[in-house]
Amino acid sequence: MSSGAQNGMPDRLDRLAENLTQAFNDIGCQVERSNGEATLVVPVECLSDVAMRLREDDSFGFQELIDICGVDYSTYGQSEWQTDSAPNTGFGRGVLPIGQGVLPIGQLESMQSNRFAAVYHLLSISNNCRLRLRVFVDTEHPIVASVVSVWQSANWFEREAFDLYGILFDGHPDLRRILTDYGFIGHPFRKDFPLIGQVEMRYDPHLARVIYEPVSIDPRTLVPRVTRDDNRYLNEDNATQDASDA
Amino acid sequence: MPEIRNFTLNFGPQHPAAHGVLRLVLEMDGEVIERADPHIGLLHRATEKLAESKPYNQSIPYMDRLDYVSMMCSEHGYVRAIEKLLGIEAPIRAQYIRTMFDEITRILNHLMWLGTHALDVGAMTVFLYAFREREDLMDCYEAVSGTRMHAAYYRPGGVYRDLPEQMPQYQASQWVTGRDVEVRNQARQGSLLDFIEDFCNRFPGLVDEYETLLTDNRIWKQRTVGIAVVSPERAMQLGFTGPMLRGSGIAWDLRKKQSYAAYDKVDFDIPVGKEGDCYDRYLVRIEELRQSNRIIQQCIDWLRKNPGPVMLDDNKITVPSRNEMKDDMESLIHHFKLFTEGFCPPVGEAYAAVEAPKGEFGCYIISDGANKPYRLKIRAPGFPHLAAMDEMVKGHMLADVVAVIGSMDVVFGEIDR
Repeated sequence: MSSGAQNGMPDRLDRLAENLTQAFNDIGCQVERSNGEATLVVPVECLSDVAMRLREDDSFGFQELIDICGVDYSTYGQSEWQTDSAPNTGFGRGVLPIGQGVLPIGQLESMQSNRFAAVYHLLSISNNCRLRLRVFVDTEHPIVASVVSVWQSANWFEREAFDLYGILFDGHPDLRRILTDYGFIGHPFRKDFPLIGQVEMRYDPHLARVIYEPVSIDPRTLVPRVTRDDNRYLNEDNATQDASDA
Repeated sequence: MPEIRNFTLNFGPQHPAAHGVLRLVLEMDGEVIERADPHIGLLHRATEKLAESKPYNQSIPYMDRLDYVSMMCSEHGYVRAIEKLLGIEAPIRAQYIRTMFDEITRILNHLMWLGTHALDVGAMTVFLYAFREREDLMDCYEAVSGTRMHAAYYRPGGVYRDLPEQMPQYQASQWVTGRDVEVRNQARQGSLLDFIEDFCNRFPGLVDEYETLLTDNRIWKQRTVGIAVVSPERAMQLGFTGPMLRGSGIAWDLRKKQSYAAYDKVDFDIPVGKEGDCYDRYLVRIEELRQSNRIIQQCIDWLRKNPGPVMLDDNKITVPSRNEMKDDMESLIHHFKLFTEGFCPPVGEAYAAVEAPKGEFGCYIISDGANKPYRLKIRAPGFPHLAAMDEMVKGHMLADVVAVIGSMDVVFGEIDR
């Protein structure tokens, strides 16, 4: 963005990316650059060390943890509505929920074996720059080290990621649910959790208390999820790939 | 000897000073707080999950309902993230309009905060004064978007429409007649910009008015000075942003440091606190009211002189005008595709943040190339602020909890999401 360019952001980002590569390349971290942002993909076992160094080392100086976000990559790249074979009876707008079998178009190999990821957004106030950390977490045992001892603000963010995605944070002082109801079952932001939920609640006048029942409404997709491969957004990787295909 | 033990006090979720649905479990030793455990989520609506099931544009109104006292700032964060993903930028006039409305929103938010904070601490009048001014600003929202609060005015690629040339006027009714209507319509004779300018000329005097009620008020100072002191180091550790961080003495403001919209083209100052207590946070926000007023005035000047488009002319992303749609087949197709399907940004991810009145409001969008976000994460400023509750109230009295909640400026729409 031009406003960023005026602030000298690209220079700082270049320097940051260079420093990151130098410091963390040997332990298997990768630096990615896109949209004027830097992302460091950290192997799950190195997170605590990397986090501590990012905060303590003055050349990084990431004093603030801005956000932690859980991600479930299990349906990445799938669309609900395939238009390749148009029937001669016309289209129905209603679609069934996402099924299996559509290939993910993602560029990340890690996504296949690791369904979940925790994404950390860091801010350096002294150096005025941002960094994103992405940690892929194992599908069966989604455990990642807690960073509460590095940044106190991680406390609630980690509770949120645990609540919504079921990612466990090893070493968290008090890993309770935070946003969902007391006694809630399941992790609602996982892609296999239905949007309308699983239970509904009402007051039962006979029992004189609130009761939970399975949801009575059907899920409905109003606008199907579609992917249009727009020529304008072909990046260089894809472009070269196309060229080699031809 | 009787057994002395701590007892647990439930504060909220139906407490007027809890600013919404906060359930605060306080462990008390007499009247001193030993531990505070905020229970949140009573207003959780899964906005982020809902956004995953809708085309990008349809989620803009959800942003209004996050922080429902600073509506357009939340929209701005979301729209900016989409623009970053698409690699587009709004026209300059739209940037100025956004800057102006962000600042109007900041005044709206700070007036709401000031009124309720003072009311919680025991000063009734400020609340009434603050709501008097909020009314005028709500009218600006209404003039430009048609609604008083949930505007959905910012769109990827600009703003929904240009500023109106005429300000809507009061009609005579059974209750308001003759001279009263004239008085109410006095400032509404010209355009929206005239109306806002009139407001800006009055507003510094009105801030003085609030200050005469509070700033040197003995009771106000007794309730806020030295309460919940946060050192700069702790503020960063706790993830504070916005006035909470500046109140602790760190001059950090995204509008200056990572400038967006037209903030690098206007002149304003960042107020910074010294002690990091509730009183400093109050002073910081009061000064922000004055600075916002300054920014609005500069935007008005610029907007008067520079007419131009307020929306990007790219019908793959923005909607063609009604007239074009009726004349031109291609525009009709674009219109249909945009409303039935929406646009598909490229594969990738983007995080964009704005300096919302409460702190850094950020949106992180992961796109897999579809017409709906694969994942939207909303970074609400109030979330880490409220998480620091335990640390801030430890050792203080029960009555101070109210002052601390007030000075955090929490709104549960954004915390619970």
